[in-house]
Amino acid sequence: MSRKIYIICVSGTREKLQMAAMIASVAAATGDEVSVFLSMNALPYFVQGHAVDAPAEGELGALMAQKGVPPFKQLFKYAVELSDAALLPCSMAMDLMRITKDELDPEVGPPTGLTRFLSDAEGGQLLTF
Amino acid sequence: MSESKIIDACDTYCPGPLMELITYMKQANVGDTLELLSTDEGSAADVPEWIHKVGHEVVSNEKVEGVWHIKVRKAK
Repeated sequence: MSRKIYIICVSGTREKLQMAAMIASVAAATGDEVSVFLSMNALPYFVQGHAVDAPAEGELGALMAQKGVPPFKQLFKYAVELSDAALLPCSMAMDLMRITKDELDPEVGPPTGLTRFLSDAEGGQLLTF
Repeated sequence: MSESKIIDACDTYCPGPLMELITYMKQANVGDTLELLSTDEGSAADVPEWIHKVGHEVVSNEKVEGVWHIKVRKAK
């Protein structure tokens, strides 16, 4: 039976985005249902045309920049392709940034409020990065 | 007739080799054999774990001159 995994991304650092994307893609690859809530400093990376290089928080982040680690956005895309994972932009963060859904990457889903996300996540596994 | 294909995922890190394998597994037919080449030690243990979990078959898993050769048969 597939599990339901809910991931909240708030950090804009390379390590946290990478870990969230790794979990999303591997969980999706094993048939889990995955929903990712993109808010705070994580959301700008999903705006079309925004730089995709997230700053490293420490040693591992710096190493990842030099090695052949799959980019976090590619891993999130895999998750969407493999099991229809939902990448849900936080409506509050979108309001603050004054952006619309059309300005986000095509694989990003509908603007979602925190209340709705938490309500959907009830009983599932919730991870925050 | 079943086919055999080699996927070179050397020099990429977890979960890169797994994602490459899955991309080709989706295109393969039941009975086809895929051989994943990886230099990532973590993937050498993790990829067979995924293969078992989703119900395919590990044909062999060996390290030859620093490169893991993981052979998998698509079972369903």
